[in-house]
Formats: sequence, structure tokens, C-alpha cells
Amino acid sequence: MSTNPVSRILAKPETRAILAFAIVVLCGLLLNGDGSFLRFGTHRDALRQMSVYGILACGMTVVVLSGGIDLSVGSVLALSAVLLSKMVIHWQISPAISVLVVVAVGGFAGWISGALVAFGRMQAFIATLAMMVTARGMAKLVSGGEKVATNLAMPDGSMKYVEVPGLYRTIDSRILGGNLSVVTLIFFACFAITFALLARHRWGREVVAIGGNEEAARLSGVPVKASKIWAYVLCGAFAAIAGICQAAQEQQGDPEAGTGYELTAIAMVVMGGTSLMGGRGSVGLTLVGILTIGYVEKILSINAVPEALRLIITGAIIVVAVFTQKRR
Amino acid sequence: MSETLVRLEHIEKSFGANRVLNGVDLTVEAGEVHVLAGGNGAGKSTLINILGGAIQHYSGTVHFMDKPVHFGSPQDAIRQGISVIHQELSLVPDMSVLENLFLGDLPTRRGWVDFAAMSQQAKAVLARLGLEIDLQARVGSFPISTQQMVEIAKALRFEANVVVMDEPTSALNARESDRLFGVIGDLQRAGCGILYVSHRMEEIYRLASRISVLRDGTVVSTETPEALPPAKVAQLMVGDAVERAESKMETSTAPMGEVVFEARNITVRQGSRTLVDNISVMARPGEVVGLAGVEGSGCSELLWAIFGGIDRDSAGEVLLQGTRRHTATPQESVRAGLALVTNDRKTHGLILGSSVVENCALPNLVSFARRGWIVAAQMRTALTALCRSFSVRAESYDVEVGSLSGGNQQKVVLAKWHQTDPAVLLLDEPTRGIDVNAKAEVYEQIGRWQSAGKAILLITSDIHELLALSDRIVVLRQGRIAGEFKKDDATAEKVIGAAISA
Ligand SMILES: Nc1ncnc2c1ncn2[C@@H]1O[C@H](COP(=O)(O)OP(=O)(O)OP(=O)(O)O)[C@@H](O)[C@H]1O
Ligand SMILES: [Mg+2]
Repeated sequence: MSTNPVSRILAKPETRAILAFAIVVLCGLLLNGDGSFLRFGTHRDALRQMSVYGILACGMTVVVLSGGIDLSVGSVLALSAVLLSKMVIHWQISPAISVLVVVAVGGFAGWISGALVAFGRMQAFIATLAMMVTARGMAKLVSGGEKVATNLAMPDGSMKYVEVPGLYRTIDSRILGGNLSVVTLIFFACFAITFALLARHRWGREVVAIGGNEEAARLSGVPVKASKIWAYVLCGAFAAIAGICQAAQEQQGDPEAGTGYELTAIAMVVMGGTSLMGGRGSVGLTLVGILTIGYVEKILSINAVPEALRLIITGAIIVVAVFTQKRR
Repeated sequence: MSETLVRLEHIEKSFGANRVLNGVDLTVEAGEVHVLAGGNGAGKSTLINILGGAIQHYSGTVHFMDKPVHFGSPQDAIRQGISVIHQELSLVPDMSVLENLFLGDLPTRRGWVDFAAMSQQAKAVLARLGLEIDLQARVGSFPISTQQMVEIAKALRFEANVVVMDEPTSALNARESDRLFGVIGDLQRAGCGILYVSHRMEEIYRLASRISVLRDGTVVSTETPEALPPAKVAQLMVGDAVERAESKMETSTAPMGEVVFEARNITVRQGSRTLVDNISVMARPGEVVGLAGVEGSGCSELLWAIFGGIDRDSAGEVLLQGTRRHTATPQESVRAGLALVTNDRKTHGLILGSSVVENCALPNLVSFARRGWIVAAQMRTALTALCRSFSVRAESYDVEVGSLSGGNQQKVVLAKWHQTDPAVLLLDEPTRGIDVNAKAEVYEQIGRWQSAGKAILLITSDIHELLALSDRIVVLRQGRIAGEFKKDDATAEKVIGAAISA
């Protein structure tokens, strides 16, 4: 593969990522689950179902580009879902304040991971592994180990049912005549923010530089530590937003929510072609990765493939896709 | 008369138990080029890192513009007007030239990067250096000399009052160096102070207003160049030790025998470009074949291809003692008796996080193993002796190679390949960044390799070195052979002429 322009275009990570996605769509058209792949609703649902993962993957992309990784997003998601449910359902605090607090808590969790990495010189894997365990513990602490739902246990032992909060109903609704889920809109907004920051913002460019060559960035006058910490803060805040979406969709805060989501998010980032070594890739690629994995899941489910087989097939597809990207 | 921009007072610095700077006093005046000379590991880069804010913990005082300052980060130093060209490239290979030039100081409008303003400013700076390159291309896609020019452009961009240059020419060819010297002249006239580190004597004497020699962590002498001839500098650098250097550069004419090494029809392509176009070279035992050429000539790529470093898109065959050998991978090449000293020790030459001993052992672990298990004690003894004989200066040979001074890292690379006892040595800038005394040692080593009947292909951007060491010089231009000279009728003019003429 050298002089030929076609093979040169093929060698680009963008092309490969899009090609993988195209193949998945083609499979969907062939195995269309008795025509359900051709219905609009299927795609709307596919997008809705990948939204929570997608939000996580956007934040993850930033951290991965900086040369790190964040394993705590699944747990932070659970913590946020639980905390938000506590606040809006049990304590009846106003939704605006609750959302702000929850996002701040997520950002703060990210700040701690980032500080451990930047100032504590800890490996990102270890620091965020610790945060993953800790945040899960916090989620259980806040919730008392139970799901935080609309059925409240009264002191006298009876149950009281409260209404599903308006915030949850709004997030779980659709707009544009029922054609677009609000969570999908939130996901797109997160993507747009990440895209703009990485492509055009000073901090975003510095994050990519740090991942590409940290020492060079430092010697060039980049505030390496602060920039890195902000990457984790963003990732944590996005995990909190994902948690809010998750809580709204489930209408409750489950302390066990989000288990294993960090791996799906990482898979989506890698699927797009962003290098786990940092410095190479983009959130645009991640979007393709999100769509690819999201659609694989959807196609398997409309064809009623049992879950065990679904997981195995998804795993195999990730390996194949990443493998073809390495062969440059 | 002139204004003192920087005054360093009694700077001390230790790395663990290793005391590197032991009370350094130094000034940089406006409009001067102050050359800092010193052997490998003397502490020059350490001093520069302190001045440039890359090292924050030290004792002593840095005065800048008559005020005591303490830079908390490189960013801090840059802001106040000190910019540094570091010895090792500080570029992000996967980012564009444009973004690298502005890294750390991206022009922004309310935080958002202003790409238009950036490319305008960039063009102006690159024009000063006479550099015409695609601003959007990845920095890593350029040869190392161009990257170095980008690095220089980056430092110039800050319009600093003090520009510190740590071996800026070690990867440049004559033409590029000249352009840099022109810019240095401009800076001087504009009243900048320049602190300049180099191991190349000609350029030291071409540029210096004053020369300071650093040894054992102190400045042992500061003089004008007239008062400090080269021999004196070399002697001050090593202390009382013997005077060798210079003369040793003339190597003995070794006996010529049958051709031991031959590379036939080597072609290297990258994308649609042909970097090396069907080139054949050969060497006899004890022969040093010099390869000359400016950037884009394909010299380095040729050596890489021979060694199997470029696997796809390259073609050709390698013959040792007349028989064809498989050298498609570095592993096969090492086994066949080839050794490649690459021009970028940091990315291709060393495993920076491993110890000196481990690095030396790497290409030759087999010989230290019994049934696959390393005999550690034997390995250590042998390799310690080896490093000593290459006069690698380090606290101990168990420290990370990355903590050694640049020149000492280079010696480790040479020692590592010597260890494999290769039949053919491919040397790409083997004296990059090493001090005059160590250079003399490398020349001696090349002489020893010659007498031992090894064939050597040598690339060096130092034309004097090339002329002195090579028995034969092959000049490449745009991937083709543009001329060949015997030792006796090669001159700098002829070689450079062949390398650049259209
Ligand atoms: N980060 C570090 N950790 C430990 N030791 C170090 C570190 N940096 C430098 N040293 C040691 O400090 C000494 C001086 O190194 P320095 O890089 O300043 O030398 P130099 O004068 O620049 O040499 P060269 O001409 O080879 O570049 C060396 O012995 C080196 O091993
Ligand atoms: Mg140095």
C-alpha cells in the first residue's frame, strides 16, 4: 500500500472507522430483523440507547488523548444517579440545583483522580481504579445500598409512592414530534462541546500535545498538571451527566448502575481509532466508534440474538476493528 | 558598558547523591554570545534547565534584569523573556508544525485558538530561518534536521531577551547552521543575550563573544576567544589530563581487501515519494564509507533500509562476504552482523527507563545467557568494563539511561553496538552531542574498528569529520548517487557542491 491513492485513503483512521461503521449498517440492512431495521423508530431507539455510553465516551476521549485513562466513569455515573434521585425524589430539592450539585460532584471526583495523576504522579490506571472503587462505595453509602426510587419507606414501615419528578420525565421524553429523544440531544451537546474544545480551544490543543509528548509540552510552557486535571474534571462531569440521564430513564438511582460501562466507553474510543497511548485521535472518531458499537448491539437485539452470544460477538468485532486499524 | 541580562550566583544542584553543579557563577550580557563549553555530563544542560525554569529545586540565585527571580515552570521563564532551545527535541511529533511552533502560547480569542493569526506569525518566523515547509504537516514526518529548525523557530518566536541554545546545530547540516548563525547575528544586534552550548569548535570560535568552561560543577575559566584557544578549552574541560583530540582525527589508511559488505539496489518509498532510488554501496574490510547529503537526500533512510528498519516499501538485497543475507528485520540484521547507530538516540537508540547495563545488554542477551537464563554477575562485570572503556560518565551503571547527559547517552549507544561485535557498522551521526575529548575517543574507536577489519558506513553532518574519517565519500541527492570521491580528492567544496547542486 504505497503509491495508490485509494490505499492511502484507506490507511487513514477516519476512513477505516467509517468503513467499519458502514459494514455494520450493511449487516443491519441484510439482517434487518423482519424489516425493523428499516423503521425510523429503531434508529431513534438505537441512538437513545447509546446516548449514556456516548456521553461517557466523549469524556473518556479527552482523558485518553491526554495519555491517561479513566476507569471510574461507571461508578461516578452510579453515584450521580443515586445522589440526584436522593435530592429530587427524597429531599425535594429543586432540579436545577440538584443537577448542578451532581455535576459538580462528578467533576470533583474527576478532579481528585486528575490530581492524583498530575501531582501524585500516580498512574492513571491505578488512580482511577481507586476512584472507581471509592465512588461505588459512595454510591452505596448515599443510597444505603438500596435503589433510590419513587417508593419511600415511611418511618412507620408503610410505603409511600411519590410522583416521578418532572426533571426525569423531561429527560426521558422526546422532542421534534417524538423523533428525537432528549437524552440523545444531551449526548449530541456533550459531543459538540468536546469537539469544539479539542479542535479549537487552547486547553484542548494542549491536552493533545501532552498526550503526544508530555516532556515537550512541559518545556514549551504548557501548564501540564492543570491541563491534565481539567481533562479528568471534564470526564467526571460528563459521567455525572450520563448518570443523570440514566437515573431519568430508570426513574430511580441504582447504586449498582453503570457497572462495566467504563469498558464500553473505552471500547468506543478505541474503535474510533484514538490511540490508547495518547496524543493521536479525535472525538469525531469516537463518535463513529459509538455509532458502530451502538448499532452492533441494536442489530443483534432486533435479531433476537441471546445476550451471551451478543457479548461474544461484540467482543470479537472490537478486536477485528482495532486490529485493522493497527495495520497501517 | 553593556547591560547584564542574566547573572547566576553560586548555583548548586544535586541529583540524589550526585552533585552536578557546585557553585556556578555566570553572566549573560546584552548583545553577546556567551559560549558555555564543558565535557559530557559537566552540567551544562542542568544549568540551562535551571535558567529556563525546567528545574525548580536548586540553591543559589538567578538574577534576571537585575532582579532575583525564581521560575516555577518553563512557562514562567518564557513569559519573563528567557527562551530555551533544548538539547533534545521538545516537539510533539503527532501535531502540526503550526501548533508545535505555538505550543504553550497558542494565540487565542477568549480561549479559542486563533488559527489565522497563528499561521501568519508562523510564516514570518519561518521566513527568518529560510524554512519553507507545509505548516499543516505532522512535525514527525520531517527529517530530524528540519525538526530542529522548527524547534529553533519556536524559541525565536517568543521575542525573548535571552535565548539559550543547547547544542542547536547538532542535527543541522552546514547550510542550515549558517542560517542559524545569521539569525544569531540579528539577535545580537537587537540586543539579545545568547547563551550557547556546543561541542563544535569551529562554530564556537565563529560565534563567541566570551567562552566559559564548566568542569566538575564550577566555571573554571571565562575568557574572550582570543585568550582561550581551542587546545586550551579542550584541556580545561578534562582538567589536567592528556592532550589528545584533533590529531587523532586523521585515521590510518587501513588495508583494503575483498568486498565484505554490499547493499544492492536499495529502494525506499514513502507514500508516493521515492526516498532512496535504487542505490548500491559496498565496503571493504577496514573501510569507512562516508555518506553525505542534505535533508531529503535519503542517507539515513538508506541505512535504515539496509538494517531492516524500514520493512515495507523498501526493496533491495544485502550481501555479506558475497553471500546474500536476510536482513528484512533488525533481528535478522543483528544476527547477520550488522549494527545501526541511529541519529535519534532518544526514540530509536535507547530504552530510556532501563539502566545503562540493561541497554548495553539488549542486542546481545544471548551471549550472557545459559539455556535462556541470564547470568547477571557475568553480564554486569563485562558491561561495566565495556562502559568504562567507552568512558560513559554516570553515577553508576545501574541508573536509568534517561538521566545521563546527552553525550553520555550517545556513548552508551556506541558501546551497546560494539558489544555485538558486528562485521558492518552503520553509523548515523555517531558523534552527535559528544564533547571534543569523547569525539577523539570515538575517532579512535572507529580507527580500532577499522583495524579489526570492520566495514563502516558513516553519516555525519560535520563536514570536517566526514572528510577526515572517510576513505571514500558517496554523495546522495534526492535518493540518487550524485557523486563519489576518494579520500585524497575530496574537499568540502566538492562534497557540498555535489550534495546541493541541481
Ligand atoms: N534528571 C536527572 N536525574 C539524575 N541525574 C541527572 C539528571 N539530569 C542530569 N543528571 C546528571 O547530571 C550530570 C550533568 O548532566 P547534563 O545533562 O547537565 O550534562 P551536559 O553538560 O549537558 O552534558 P552533554 O554535553 O553530554 O549534554 C550527568 O552526570 C547526569 O547524569
Ligand atoms: Mg547537555
